[in-house]
Amino acid sequence: MATWLLRRMFQAALVILAMTVLVFVGVNVIGNPVDIMISPDATQEVRQRAIEALGFDQPLWRQYLTFLGNAVTGDIGKSYVFNQPALDVILQRLPATLELAVSALLLSILIGLPLGLLAGFRPDHPTSRAIMAGSIFGFSLPSFWVGLMLIMTFSVYLGWLPSIGRGQTVSVLGIEVSFLTLDGLKHLALPALNLALYQISMVLRLTRAGVRETLHQDFIKFARAKGLRPRRIVFVHVLKNILIPIVTVVGLGFGHTVAFSVVTETVFAWPGMGKLIIDAINVLDRPIIVAYLMMIVVLFVVINLLVDLTYTLLDPRIRLETQE
Amino acid sequence: MTNLTDSAPVRECEPSLFRLFVADFIRSRVALLGLVVFTIIILATVFAPLITPQDPYDLMQLDIMDGRLPPGSSNFDGSTTYILGTDDQGRDMFSGILYGLRTSLIVGVGSALLAALVGTLLGLVAAYVGGRFETFVMRLVDLQLSFPTILTALMILAVLGKSVLNVVLALVIVEWATYARTARAAALAERRRDYIVAAETLAIPSWRILLRHLLPNCLPSLIVVATIQIASAIALEATLSFLGIGVPITEPSLGLLIANGYKYMLAGDYWVSLFPGVALLVVIVSINLVGDHLRDILNPKNKS
Repeated sequence: MATWLLRRMFQAALVILAMTVLVFVGVNVIGNPVDIMISPDATQEVRQRAIEALGFDQPLWRQYLTFLGNAVTGDIGKSYVFNQPALDVILQRLPATLELAVSALLLSILIGLPLGLLAGFRPDHPTSRAIMAGSIFGFSLPSFWVGLMLIMTFSVYLGWLPSIGRGQTVSVLGIEVSFLTLDGLKHLALPALNLALYQISMVLRLTRAGVRETLHQDFIKFARAKGLRPRRIVFVHVLKNILIPIVTVVGLGFGHTVAFSVVTETVFAWPGMGKLIIDAINVLDRPIIVAYLMMIVVLFVVINLLVDLTYTLLDPRIRLETQE
Repeated sequence: MTNLTDSAPVRECEPSLFRLFVADFIRSRVALLGLVVFTIIILATVFAPLITPQDPYDLMQLDIMDGRLPPGSSNFDGSTTYILGTDDQGRDMFSGILYGLRTSLIVGVGSALLAALVGTLLGLVAAYVGGRFETFVMRLVDLQLSFPTILTALMILAVLGKSVLNVVLALVIVEWATYARTARAAALAERRRDYIVAAETLAIPSWRILLRHLLPNCLPSLIVVATIQIASAIALEATLSFLGIGVPITEPSLGLLIANGYKYMLAGDYWVSLFPGVALLVVIVSINLVGDHLRDILNPKNKS
C-alpha cells in the first residue's frame, strides 16, 4: 500500500511538473511577453533594461527554473489588472466558486436521488419515463444555454429571482459566504441549479440503474419474505447498497463541477475563479492565467489521487491487484 | 489470393446489413425524425445563400434602423420580412442563424472527424503493437479523460489565443482520447479472431491488416462514438464561443450569436438570443437521437 501510494504520488508530481513546462512554454514562447510587459513607445535603452530586469535575456531553461522556483513559493507574478499577486487574486475568488460547486453537488443529490429512486421503483410509470427523457437533456444540452433559459424564465418573465451577481455575504471564520442570508440564497439558487443539472442527470441515472439491479437480488426478496415494511426495504436495504457508487461519482463530479463553473459564473456574473479566468483571457492578464491553470492542474491531480485512494480502500480486489 | 480475402466477405454482407439498417431506422420513428431534421439542417446550411433574405455579413444589406425588431416585422419598404426578428445591427436573425450554423457545423463535424482519424489510428496501433507504445498511449488517454473537456479546451485557447483553427485544435485534443479508447477496446476483441490470425499467416503487411481487416470490423462502435462526439463538439464549440474564447467575431457561430443576444435578453428582447439557442438545441438533440438509435442497432449485445 505504501509503495503504491508513493509511486502514485510520484506520478502525480510528474504530471504537475509536465504541466508547468507546458504552461510556461505556452504562455512565454508562443506569445512574446516583452511586447506585453513593455510599452511599445519605450526607447531601445529602456526596453533593454526592462528585458534584463525581467530576466527575458536569460536562456529559456533558466527562465523556466526561475519560474518554477518562484511558483513553488507561491509567487507567480503580479496581475496586470489588479496589481496584486496573482495567486492572492485567485484565492480571494476561491470561496465563491467552492460555495457554488458545493451547493450544486448538494442539489444534485437532493434532486437526483429521489427522482432516481422513483424511476427505479416504477420504471414503466409515465412520470419515470418523463424523468428519464429529461435526464437526456441534462446530459446533452449546453449548460450556458440552460442558464440563459433559467434567467429568461425566472428573472426576466417571472421576476422571482435575481439574474446576476452574488448576494449579500456574511463572514464565517474569515470566509465570505452567501448561503446564510436570504438575499444570498436567492442569488445562489439559479446558478447552483444550472451547474447541478449535469450531476442531477448523472445521479438520477445511476440511482435508477442501481435500484433496478438491487431489486432482483436475493437479500431483497428475503427482506420482503420476512414481511419488512416497504419503506424500510427502500431506505435501508436498497439505498445502502447503491450509495457507494453514487458517492464516488458525486465525489469525482466535484472536479467536473468546479471546471464547469467557468460557464455558469460567466452566465450569471458570479464573482468566482471561473469568471476571473475568462476576464483574464480576454485582457491577456498572463500571471492570472498561469496561476489559474497551475491551481486547477494541482486540484485535479489531487482529486484523481484521492479518488484512486478511496477506490483502493473500498474495494479489496484493486488492493490485491496492485500488490502483485 | 489477397484480393479475395480482402473484399469477398465484405461485399457479401453489405447490402443485407444496409437494408436492415434502413428498415430499422424507419421502424424507430424518433430516430427517423432526428435523421430527417438533421438532413434538413445540413441542406439549409449548404444552400443558405439561396434561402436567406440577406447576406448577414454584407454590411451593405444591413440597415441599422431595423435594429432589434421583433419576429415577424418587415423593413421600411416591406421588401424583407424578418421572420425571426433582427439583432442590434439590423441583421436578419434567420439569415444569421443559417450562416452561424455553417461555422458551428464545419468546426464541430470537422474537428470530430479529425479527432476520429487521430484517435482511431492511435488506438488501433496501440492494440495491434502492444507493449510500451500501448502503455504510453493509454496513459495519455487516461490523463486526457480525467480532465473535464471544458478545462482542456480552456487551457489550450488561453495559451494559443482565439481563432477557428485553434478551436478545432482544442476540440481534437479534447476528443481524440475517446476514439482511441473505443478503437483499442474493439481492436483487442477482434485481434484474437481467426480472420486476423489467418491474415497474419498469409504474411499480409501489418498496415494492410490494420486498415483493411481490423478497422472495418471496429467501425460499428466507432460510428456510434463519432455521432455522439459530433454533438458534444458542437456544444463545446458553442460554449467556448459564448465565453468569448472560441471563434473570432468575424466568423460568428451559434454560440457567439447567443452571447451577442444575451445583453438584450435582460431587456426583454428574447429573440436575439433565443432562436440561435433553439437552433443549437435542435442540432444537438437530432444528432443525439440518431446516435442513440445507432448504438442500439450496432451494439453487438443487443443483437439477438
